[in-house]
Amino acid sequence: MLSMKMIINGQEKDFEPSLSLENLIDSLSQNKAHVIAELNGNIIKSSEWVRTTVAEGDKIELVTFVGGG
Amino acid sequence: MQDNNSNHIIVEDQPLEIAGKNFTNRFLLGTGKFKNKQEIADSIRSSGTQIVTVALRRIDLEQSSESILPYIPKDVIILTNTSGARTAQEAVRIARLAKESGCGNWVKIEVINDSKYLLPDNHETIKATEILASEGFVVLPYIIPDLYTARALVKAGAATIMPLASLIGSNQGLKAKEFIKILIEEIDIPIIVDAGIGAPSQAAETMEMGADAVLVNTAVATSADPALAAKAFSLAIKAGRLAYLSRLPKQKDIADASSPLTGFLFEAS
Repeated sequence: MLSMKMIINGQEKDFEPSLSLENLIDSLSQNKAHVIAELNGNIIKSSEWVRTTVAEGDKIELVTFVGGG
Repeated sequence: MQDNNSNHIIVEDQPLEIAGKNFTNRFLLGTGKFKNKQEIADSIRSSGTQIVTVALRRIDLEQSSESILPYIPKDVIILTNTSGARTAQEAVRIARLAKESGCGNWVKIEVINDSKYLLPDNHETIKATEILASEGFVVLPYIIPDLYTARALVKAGAATIMPLASLIGSNQGLKAKEFIKILIEEIDIPIIVDAGIGAPSQAAETMEMGADAVLVNTAVATSADPALAAKAFSLAIKAGRLAYLSRLPKQKDIADASSPLTGFLFEAS
């Protein structure tokens, strides 16, 4: 399989197979500080990202803090 | 009471206590709608606020987005709101995500499912408070001022009650005054008036009637000089607090002379 599809923040995205959550977040070139990740509805601690493998069809939410009242 | 060598008035006031933490500043700042993050940092500094609200949103996958947290000093409490939640369950999910970031467990519950008036759903807010308080969160629920809701929230373990003064972002001031007064009278946990306060005079009025603190966002963030507006609100809130502590006299329907009405110099002896 050359690529796998995942839903990131509601958008379908293609990625290389056998990716860790850490790789995936890096590949989105985000400033990782203060990013919080949810994989298929479960919160994944940032210390666990490197050991967490993502797979075809996974739903991932990446959120951070913004201004709000 | 004055001390010997200055005009500083010594005020015998208790700090505002929430979940075992003491706050000397009774102004809470919301961080939405600012033109840039530096204005937020400047407004925090000028006002001396010790609690600021933030929100949680999906990161932008198209461009690198920066968290707001680096602009908030470390000694300021981060109060994450659950804005965007339409149900208790969604609010709980947002609170749990925020806690995971490691910047504390203070959460302002905000459950809204009306897009015209943006009124909070008191019923869902009670449900979310029950769950999150039982999980050890410090819960500050945002409600339409209602005594029964407030009592249920106290029972559910809320740390404060945050009644709205008027519609969020409306700058209409204390439209719900009489109902907030009832909460101040009847509820033993802090009452922090939130939403709709559009001018320092309105914030002062809120504090004069005995509210424990005031949260302002829109009026500061959308003013021409947010840092200056934040300072004005902070001072008004201090003034209102001092006025409350001074126990001002009640309004009267007729005049009551300020100068003595006897001993006029042209009186016949």
